[in-house]
Amino acid sequence: MATTALEHAPPDTHAATGLWSWITTVDHKRIGILYGASAFLFFLLGGIEALVIRWQLMAPNQTIVGPETYNQLFTMHGTTMIFLGVMPLSAMFFNFMIPLQLGARDVAFPRLNAFSYWVFLAGGLLLNVSWLFRAAPDGGWFGYANLTTRQFSPGMNIDFWTVGLQILGIASLAAALNFFVTVINLRAPGMKMMHLPMFVWMSFITQILLLLAFPIITVALVLLMIDRTFGTHFFVPSGGGDPVLWQHLFWFFGHPEVYILILPAFGIVSEILPVFSRKPLFGYAAMVFSGAFIAFVGFGVWAHHMFATGMGPFADAFFSLATMIIAIPTGVKIFNWIGTVWGGRVEYKTPMLFALGFIAMFIMGGLSGVMHSSPPADLQQTDTYFIVAHFHYVLFGGSIFGITGGAYYWWPKMFGKLLDEGLGKLHFWLMLIGFNLTFFPMHIVGLNGMPRRVYTYSAESNFELLNRLETWGSLLLGLAFVVFLWNIIRTTRSSQAPAPADPWNGATLEWSIPSPPQEFNFPKVPQVHGRDALWEMKRERGGSLPEPQRVDGRGIHLPNPSFRPFIAATGVLITLGGFIGGSHLWVHLAGLAVLLYGIFSWAFEPTG
Amino acid sequence: MHATATHASEHVHPTWQTYTKVALILFALTFLEVGAYEVVHRHAPVGLAIALEPIVVEVLLLLSALKFALVAMFYMHLKSDGTLLSSIFAFTLLLAAVMISALMIIFGYLYYVAPTVNPLK
Amino acid sequence: MADTAHAQVDEHHYTATGIDHRKLAIWTFIASECMFFASLIGTYLVYKGRDVSGPRPHTEWLLNGRMQEQILEIPLVTFGTSLLLFSSFFVVLALSGAQRGNRKALIGWLCATIFCGIFFVGMQVFEFTHFYHRGMGYTTNLFASTFYTLTGFHGTHVTLGLIWLTTVLVVALRGKLPPEKSLNLEIAALYWHFVDVVWIVIFPVVYLIR
Repeated sequence: MATTALEHAPPDTHAATGLWSWITTVDHKRIGILYGASAFLFFLLGGIEALVIRWQLMAPNQTIVGPETYNQLFTMHGTTMIFLGVMPLSAMFFNFMIPLQLGARDVAFPRLNAFSYWVFLAGGLLLNVSWLFRAAPDGGWFGYANLTTRQFSPGMNIDFWTVGLQILGIASLAAALNFFVTVINLRAPGMKMMHLPMFVWMSFITQILLLLAFPIITVALVLLMIDRTFGTHFFVPSGGGDPVLWQHLFWFFGHPEVYILILPAFGIVSEILPVFSRKPLFGYAAMVFSGAFIAFVGFGVWAHHMFATGMGPFADAFFSLATMIIAIPTGVKIFNWIGTVWGGRVEYKTPMLFALGFIAMFIMGGLSGVMHSSPPADLQQTDTYFIVAHFHYVLFGGSIFGITGGAYYWWPKMFGKLLDEGLGKLHFWLMLIGFNLTFFPMHIVGLNGMPRRVYTYSAESNFELLNRLETWGSLLLGLAFVVFLWNIIRTTRSSQAPAPADPWNGATLEWSIPSPPQEFNFPKVPQVHGRDALWEMKRERGGSLPEPQRVDGRGIHLPNPSFRPFIAATGVLITLGGFIGGSHLWVHLAGLAVLLYGIFSWAFEPTG
Repeated sequence: MHATATHASEHVHPTWQTYTKVALILFALTFLEVGAYEVVHRHAPVGLAIALEPIVVEVLLLLSALKFALVAMFYMHLKSDGTLLSSIFAFTLLLAAVMISALMIIFGYLYYVAPTVNPLK
Repeated sequence: MADTAHAQVDEHHYTATGIDHRKLAIWTFIASECMFFASLIGTYLVYKGRDVSGPRPHTEWLLNGRMQEQILEIPLVTFGTSLLLFSSFFVVLALSGAQRGNRKALIGWLCATIFCGIFFVGMQVFEFTHFYHRGMGYTTNLFASTFYTLTGFHGTHVTLGLIWLTTVLVVALRGKLPPEKSLNLEIAALYWHFVDVVWIVIFPVVYLIR
């Protein structure tokens, strides 16, 4: 092992400020903040796209945007919210919280972690750069072939989509590999798998889903890209190809993807509810197994997205039953959350409000999901606003409520200041009311037959009143996030006393260290004997622990910062970016050269 | 803690004699695979070809699975490296097999069964 | 403070399971790759026999009574398959050498592994060129596209494995692969075996089963 000057320097030299320190950082906490900041910006962008869509649909026969732009808007709204919003917002918490909750000093592969972030950013930027070329993807977030083949989508729009998603897939796979190993291998001494905090458990299952589902979408995207670039016939019927295969490959990824979006939020809520109810999580083991069951049966239900393709009675029956079965473990979870709150000393702080809102909204989304697990019902509902209502209840009412609750809950740990409670409550109520005003009427217009993905509707259809309501609701939703932003800015600028290490009387190890944590997290790696490790320690010491002091971390081994992951990520971007608008050999080769340089210099860099 | 950690990773890998035996078996199995293919392909010897033809796909898949298992167990050391790594690999293989089978069943139905039962055709 | 610093020595190597991070990671990566190849093999099988024109992988009788010669060359590929099996055998011997500190065995067997790998890739290049001259381009028909994509991705993995093993060989030649660092070879070897087992599946599925 090569000895460098940095290796023996105290860790504070790593924590320098400035752009370069952020580009070279391998600290999981800083990478978490990078994920969070970028994802939040993408999330706001996706929100603006949604507001334009709502503006267009406020009244019949409007032409605020034309059909082409509308296609780009709903495609980019979906793609952005899923791949650039919810997934990286969850990744923010994976990064910041998994090592802290495990009692670890960093993730298993700190530089790979930085690589994941930079590749994610590259993919997100590439997708959005398409707007500048007036060629944003317009084939839906599902990109159904053969609509997306060269014949029907000759422009660069779909190229941005196939390439962007492949790049994002690499980022997700690298991150998932890292966190999978981290959770298995970096648990504090004594922390068994069945002692893991529930957020770590749900995140762990999410990593497994990412690892197994993303290769499939990668293959589908590669085949589509080859079709578009080299003229093969994987999804072109005239050459014997079958567009339905695209749907199978896509949804074989796409359904686990749904659980990738929701499981981290399940985890966050399972952290918040016990802390604000002053009771341990009800039915820990049942929660773990139901999460695992949801994930793995989730691999066997993909074709319920495809009842309308006509798969025959056997497949319809199988996928319908498998889908209904998933309602059972989900119900177990909901009962356990309610059981956790039941009889507790409930404190209605902002994170708790979001967690309770999550339960209510998610139940509604889950129930409408059970409705279209039945093929005859689904055939009526598919491609209508009923489906839009359903998945927004689970992904906004579920994932976003959970993530926002997590943001209020962990904000003091991440930034050392408590967000304002009053503004937080205002944010919650605006969001809850705005959300229901926006999405509840969609159930009704959907059942009345309003189709998705169509840029306008006729005046005779009687959809106008409810659409107006939805648009006003969406403005309230936008306002809720303005309040959130205001809260963030006000808190950051305020001169309030630094948050204590443990403002909520938390149960898990991240609350045992100062807020924000020092670079090495734990001066002494904790010993764990059971679940709710911090509550356990407090009980042993008679109720409370002394406020932890910031200590000198001299002698604690930390990985060196490195810019190589950034170089390697640039290589990935250039190599795959060469596929936009046809294949450009020299761009691929240049990208490969950068990538190889990045990887080799990374492999032989002294790690410290 | 450290002592147990080191101990757990100090698995005993097979000797070169074992490796050689496995290599010989792998070549024998490959020989059988190609042999089965040739017998059915050339229709000679006739008796064997007639007996083998209906089950040749199963035989080839079985032989391939055996080779797969030998490499995974001995060359990839799963036999001596504990259950965690084996479970990761086995679980994924199961999922991969389910995926391929499901695709074949679904498309087999669409392409070859559905046209015969669809009353509209 | 000295006490904390002392504890670090253990922590640096501490893993909760006793399995090195990199070994667990390469296995996880292999698992993920299984799904990648499963999707490609699934695509190949779904599309098998669905092409609208020739050439076909295996000899078959057409409706007009003529026999269409198969395009696949079984002897050539059997040779390639043997090369990959040999290379898997050689790389375990190289690893065994590395773990025992036997530098000669390590370098010799590693060279043999790489040699076999290069010949496998050469076989594939020859095969592809041969097919191309027989009129099977990448876009000729569905069989051509699925075949070239599946085996081509496998060939790419072999090539990446070769780059990796060659890097390890250079490190070993410089004397920087002592027994305590043999894991550097072990993870490369695991990836190499994985590429081999994928071929063990592809060989019968694509070449032998009609």
